[in-house]
Amino acid sequence: MNVVEANALGKRYGSTWALRECTLAVPEGHLTALVGPNGAGKTTLLNLAVGLTDPSSGTISVLGGRRAGSLAALDGIAFVAQNAPLYKNLSAADLLHETRNLNRRFDQGYAERRLGELGIPLRQKAEKMSGGQQAQVALTLALARRPKLLVLDEPLANLDPLAREDFMATVMTAAAEDGVSVVLSSHVLAELERVADYLVLVSHGNIQVAGEVEDLLAAHHMLTGPASESARYARQWNVVHMSSAASQVRLLVRSDGTAHPVPPGWEARPVTLEELTLAYLRESGAGALPDPARGWDTDSSEVTR
Amino acid sequence: MTAVTVPVRSANDASLRPLPWRRMAWVSWRHHRVALGGVVVFLGALAVWLWIAGLQLHHAYAAAAACHPSSSAACQNLINAFGSTNVILKGGFVLQPLPALIGAFVGAPMLAREIETGTFRYAWTQGFGRRRWTVAKLVLVGVAVAAIAGAFSVLVSWYYQPYLASGNGTVFSSPSPLSPGLFELRGVAFGAWTLVAFAMGALVGMLTRRIVPAIVATLAAYAGLALLAGNVLRQHYVTPLVAKGSNLPGAAWITSEWWTKGGKFAFGGRPPVHLLQQLCPASFVPGPGGGIAVRGAFSPTTCLVQHGYTQWSDYQPASHFWPFQWIEGGWLLGLSVLLIAVTVWLVRRRVA
Repeated sequence: MNVVEANALGKRYGSTWALRECTLAVPEGHLTALVGPNGAGKTTLLNLAVGLTDPSSGTISVLGGRRAGSLAALDGIAFVAQNAPLYKNLSAADLLHETRNLNRRFDQGYAERRLGELGIPLRQKAEKMSGGQQAQVALTLALARRPKLLVLDEPLANLDPLAREDFMATVMTAAAEDGVSVVLSSHVLAELERVADYLVLVSHGNIQVAGEVEDLLAAHHMLTGPASESARYARQWNVVHMSSAASQVRLLVRSDGTAHPVPPGWEARPVTLEELTLAYLRESGAGALPDPARGWDTDSSEVTR
Repeated sequence: MTAVTVPVRSANDASLRPLPWRRMAWVSWRHHRVALGGVVVFLGALAVWLWIAGLQLHHAYAAAAACHPSSSAACQNLINAFGSTNVILKGGFVLQPLPALIGAFVGAPMLAREIETGTFRYAWTQGFGRRRWTVAKLVLVGVAVAAIAGAFSVLVSWYYQPYLASGNGTVFSSPSPLSPGLFELRGVAFGAWTLVAFAMGALVGMLTRRIVPAIVATLAAYAGLALLAGNVLRQHYVTPLVAKGSNLPGAAWITSEWWTKGGKFAFGGRPPVHLLQQLCPASFVPGPGGGIAVRGAFSPTTCLVQHGYTQWSDYQPASHFWPFQWIEGGWLLGLSVLLIAVTVWLVRRRVA
C-alpha cells in the first residue's frame, strides 16, 4: 500500500505553480523525510495530502487509494501543521476532549499517559505552554487518533535542540512500535538524516529525488580525482554534481547497479545523505525517481558534465 | 540506516465509533461560550434597563389613559409626561444596531479566527470532516444567538406596548407597528435579523480571513441590507391600500402620498412651496434674510383642499403586522440559510 500517491499532481496559486507534474508513491512503513529549500512546495504537497487544499491538476490519494481529504482518508491520517497550531484558550484536557469528539478513534489513555510523561498538567492552557510543549501536545493529539499515517509539516522548525530530540523520539517510537507511517518535512536535512529511511526531495515545485535512503546511498558514490581527467570520465559516468578544489575534482556519481571500475588515480567513497541531497539541490535539472515506466538507468533528465 | 520493519497495526475500520452530529455540540459550546455568554450578559443588562424603563412607561401610560376628561389641563400634563418618558428609546432606533453587533462580534470571528490563528489546519483535518464541522458550528451558534435575540425581543415588544395600544383611542398620536424602527424589534423580525447578521458575519469572515476587517464589513453590509429592507422592500410585501383625503385608519403606515385635481395627478409627496404660495398668498409673509415665513397656523392640507385638490395615500394598516412579520422572517431565514450554505461551500473550496 502506498501511503501517499500522486499522479501528475499540480497546484497553482494565481499564476504561479507551487507544484507541477509531481508523480510520487511513498510506500507504507517508512519514516519519510520531505526535504527541500524554503518555498520549494513542501507545505503545498503536505496540504494536498491531508486535503486542506485541492489539486489544480492531477490526482493525489492516500492510504491505498483514498481520496485526499475524504472522510475515509481523514480517519487514517493525523496532521500536525507548522508551528503546531492549538486553540490557545483551551486546556490540555479540553484539547483531548475536543479531538476525541472530532474523531472516530481516540486513545484517551494513551494521550493522558503521554502528557503525564511530558509533565504537562491537564489543566494547563495551551497559551501557557512552551513551544516545545505545544508541539508535543499537538503530536500527542495526532498520535492518540491512532493514525496509519502521520503527517508533520516542519515540526522542528521552532524548537530548541532538546525539544527536537524529545519530539523526534516520540515520532520514532510511534513509527517503530505502532507501525505508523510518517511523512515529515524540513528544510534542514541534518535533523532527519539519522531517522528517515525514505527521502523525497522537492525543489522548484518538482519532485527531484524519491526513494529509500538505503537504495539512494547505495546507488551513489563520491569520486575524487585529478581535474584534468574529469571531462573524460564525466562522459561515461552519471555525474550528478561536480565540484572542484585546486587540481582535484569531486564527482557525485550515480552508479545505478552497474559497477564502474575506479580508474587509477581516483578514489571512491560512499556518500552521506547530506552530500547527496545538496548535490541534487544544486543541480535542479537532475533527478532520481523510481519511475516504473522508465527505470532508474534510463532517466533522461540526468545532467552530465 | 535500516527500514522500519514493524508491520503496520491492523486497524479494523469496522470497530470505529460513529461520529454523530451531537459531538459538535460540546465543541461549539467550548469555543463560543464566551461569545454567547457575552451576548447574554449584554442583552441581559439592556433587558434590566428596558424593564425598569418599561415599568415607568407603563405607569405613565396607565395614568394618562385613565384620566378624565382628557381635555383637562391635568390630563394634558399626564399625556405630555407619557410622551416625554424615555425619549431615547422612543423611536426604537437605539436598539436597531443590536443584531448587527451580534453578527459582527459573534458571527465574524467564527471562521476568521480559525484562519487567522491557523487552527483551521487542526480543525479541518480531523475525522469529523470540515464540511460537517462548519455546518454544525454555524447552525448551533446561529440558532443560539437567534434564540437569545428572540427572547430579548419579547421584552422589547412589551416595552413598546403602550405606544401601540394608545392608537386605539384618540388621545395620543401613535406610531404604526409597521413603521421602520419599531417593526424590526418585535415579533419574529428581531431574531431573524440577528440570524442573518450572524450568517453575514460568518461569510464575511471566511472571505476576509481576518477578524477586524470582517467585523467592519459585517456592520457595513448589515446596515445596507437593513436600510434596503426598511426603505425599499418592506412596503411591497403586500399591495398597499389606498385612502382618499385624511380618511386614514389609526396606526397606518403611510408609504406614499400624492394629490390630484379634477381627477388628474397633480404632484406626489410633499406639496411644493411655490404652489402653496400661489394658492394661498395671504398666508405667507417675507421672512428674515430674504426668505419667506408662514403666517399663523397655516395648514397646507387645508389650503390645497380649499382649492380643489384631493389627497391620496398608499398605506399598510396595522393589521398587516403579522403577515409582514412572517414574510420578513421568512426571507431573512432563507437568506441566512443561503449565506451559511455559501460559507460552507467556501470552506470546502478555498483553502490553505
